Amino acid sequence: MTTPALGKDLVGLEHLTAEQILLVLDTAEPFKEVSERPIKKVPALRGKTIVNLFFEASTRTRISFEFAEKRLSADTVNVTSTGSSVQKGETLVDTAKNLEAMRIDMVVIRHGASGAAQFLGDRIRSNVINAGDGKHEHPTQALLDLLTIRDRHGKIAGLKVCLVGDVLHSRVARSNVWGLLKLGAEVGVCGPRSLMPRGIEELGVRAFGRVEEAIEWADVLNVLRLQLERMEMGFIPSLREYYRVFGVTVERLARASRPLTIMHPGPMNRGVEIDSRVADGPHSVILDQVTNGVAVRMAVLYLLAGGKPELADAAKRGGADA
Amino acid sequence: MSGEGRRGEASRNDVEEMREAPLLLRGGRVIDPRRGMDQTADVLIQDRRVSAVAPTLGTPDGARVRDVRGKVVVPGLIDVHVHLREPGNEDEETIATGARAAAAGGFTAVCAMPNTDPVTDNQAAVGFIVRQSLRAGFARVYPVGAISLGQKGDRLAEFGEMVGAGAVAVSDDGRPVASSHLMRTALEYARSFDIPVADHCEDPTLSAGGAMHEGLVATRLGLKGIPAAAEEIMVARDCLLAELTGGHVHLCHISARGSVELIRRAKERGARVSAEVTPHHLTLTDLACERFDTNAKMNPPLREAPDIAALRAALKEGVLDCIASDHAPHAYDEKEAAFDDAPFGVVGLETAFAVAHTELVQGGVLSLPQLIERMSAGAARAFNLPGGTLDPGAPADVAVLDVTARWTVDPASFHSKSRNTPFGGRELIGRAVLTIVNGRAVHDVLELPD
Repeated sequence: MTTPALGKDLVGLEHLTAEQILLVLDTAEPFKEVSERPIKKVPALRGKTIVNLFFEASTRTRISFEFAEKRLSADTVNVTSTGSSVQKGETLVDTAKNLEAMRIDMVVIRHGASGAAQFLGDRIRSNVINAGDGKHEHPTQALLDLLTIRDRHGKIAGLKVCLVGDVLHSRVARSNVWGLLKLGAEVGVCGPRSLMPRGIEELGVRAFGRVEEAIEWADVLNVLRLQLERMEMGFIPSLREYYRVFGVTVERLARASRPLTIMHPGPMNRGVEIDSRVADGPHSVILDQVTNGVAVRMAVLYLLAGGKPELADAAKRGGADA
Repeated sequence: MSGEGRRGEASRNDVEEMREAPLLLRGGRVIDPRRGMDQTADVLIQDRRVSAVAPTLGTPDGARVRDVRGKVVVPGLIDVHVHLREPGNEDEETIATGARAAAAGGFTAVCAMPNTDPVTDNQAAVGFIVRQSLRAGFARVYPVGAISLGQKGDRLAEFGEMVGAGAVAVSDDGRPVASSHLMRTALEYARSFDIPVADHCEDPTLSAGGAMHEGLVATRLGLKGIPAAAEEIMVARDCLLAELTGGHVHLCHISARGSVELIRRAKERGARVSAEVTPHHLTLTDLACERFDTNAKMNPPLREAPDIAALRAALKEGVLDCIASDHAPHAYDEKEAAFDDAPFGVVGLETAFAVAHTELVQGGVLSLPQLIERMSAGAARAFNLPGGTLDPGAPADVAVLDVTARWTVDPASFHSKSRNTPFGGRELIGRAVLTIVNGRAVHDVLELPD
């Protein structure tokens, strides 16, 4: 079942090569078209069973994966579960064993604990795809971000991309840092120091303490969601001040010497980390990200299931089987 | 603090033990750091005491002779920091299995921390541990009583009665003493009984939710970090309180290079401060947490290479007094979890000497006599315990070590009930082959082939 192209699991981008990342992006290209058809289905994963295992609330990511699976003709089951932290840990071992016993082919997992996807992948033979684990990684989100940047700019290498906001708690930021660096982009991070992880510069990124500096520097801003509980936990004094000091606003963007591409992994807090006029503005590619999400996830599922990279184009026409 | 009788060791077996044949350990390299001895000699054990150490001893009538040529004879190792889980978590360890594991590691005495269930915070609970350890009959187990009732950090436990029942120190280990007032009072009150107050140094407001060392690895893994400052702040506080009160503070499992500097300065000022360091903090960094390995999750966390260097230098210098294992057994399925959900702690009794010997002695950091000092006499001094010497007349607590034996750590073969070690699969050099407690062999693989 395993293709050497990506390995057994997609846990994160940290341990992928630039070639593997580009393979996913290139494989996603032909899959984009499938979603534009009246009949949005190809038989690439016919007969495969996939479990979408969501231990954390998620709407967008889960639906995106489910569309990707269905458009590839896989049989899917959704499992959602919540509980205390320790209960989750216990459930995870048993869940792994039970899934294995049911002879499924793939698991898409979202979990609140960093390392949960790795944990599962180490214990079952099925392919595991990380749909977000704690503060660790969210690889398919970064892949769709990369695809969207490439669509918009025609390249990734040499671009300056800045992640703005709560980098400390963001798995999206970590996966983006790895993916962007591997593909040759310059990467910045920007936010209050209290929301910046220790040693982040040692990964090879620039840290900006003021959003104005980041805007002056960057070609692309990827604006991160600010979780409301960060204020309650004392990382920042108030959402009001956050918007005033770090918000990505029309006024701040207007001072830049060139237009910046605006991205957001969603869901947005309008008027907190991003000005509505920016989110809905001409340089926003936020909805393109959502569209690309389905294609990127189709590519990941296809490649992990053993689909041959060169057949991606044929697969979308419904002719070849994986 | 004198005499073992106070610890209730007189038992019905005494008469029989008195009749035990003398034991002659023939021809070993005898290292007794307290006396500066390192030479080939015979050691005679009689009536549960070391009776003579000399280059050539005659064989008394009826004596059993053990050939220990090529081996090293040392004072029994002493570990001032172990968790034996009884009462409360006997599925993870019992006093008997923990004391057996200690014997297998060359330890003749261990100090059992009070974070049991219920907490060891009164004389009856202390007496229970003493009785269980006597019944087991392996390494000596000295109870450590709680500082506060239920380790809640609120009211002082009854130190006097606990010491009367056999406690050798007090500690709320496992729970940091957050209140500086409580720590001050404990240090003052403990002076009447001449016992150390052992503290797990951690500012809980800085460490809350943390799972590993705060640094680049934690950033990459997306795990919340525990900064070194969480330890250093409390080390600084405890050193100041030791000076304020004249009490003896013992600082548990020091992990950060900043702490070392604070301890050094406090000792220079004459504060009554002692400190321990674990084999894992001396040898592993936060890189061991890669791939979310929960066997590398402990508190304080594994830190960085400069911390290891500082800890090693401080151990050599004596700024850190002794090595302690912080043996912390956990059930296998507790560690079989996501990193955040797994409990802190690793077992260490059966690997402590070998890890330290392999990394520190073979690695050229310490001489063998220095290591033995830090694992026996230094520990005894820190906690005011008997033992740690081969002086004639001393209790016959002796370890015989094979410092050339190469072996691979196989957690499945541990005497401990738990397997949570970060050293599984490691090849190590050196192990205990004969452990004698109170004149009696409690671990004996001297004649077994490797």
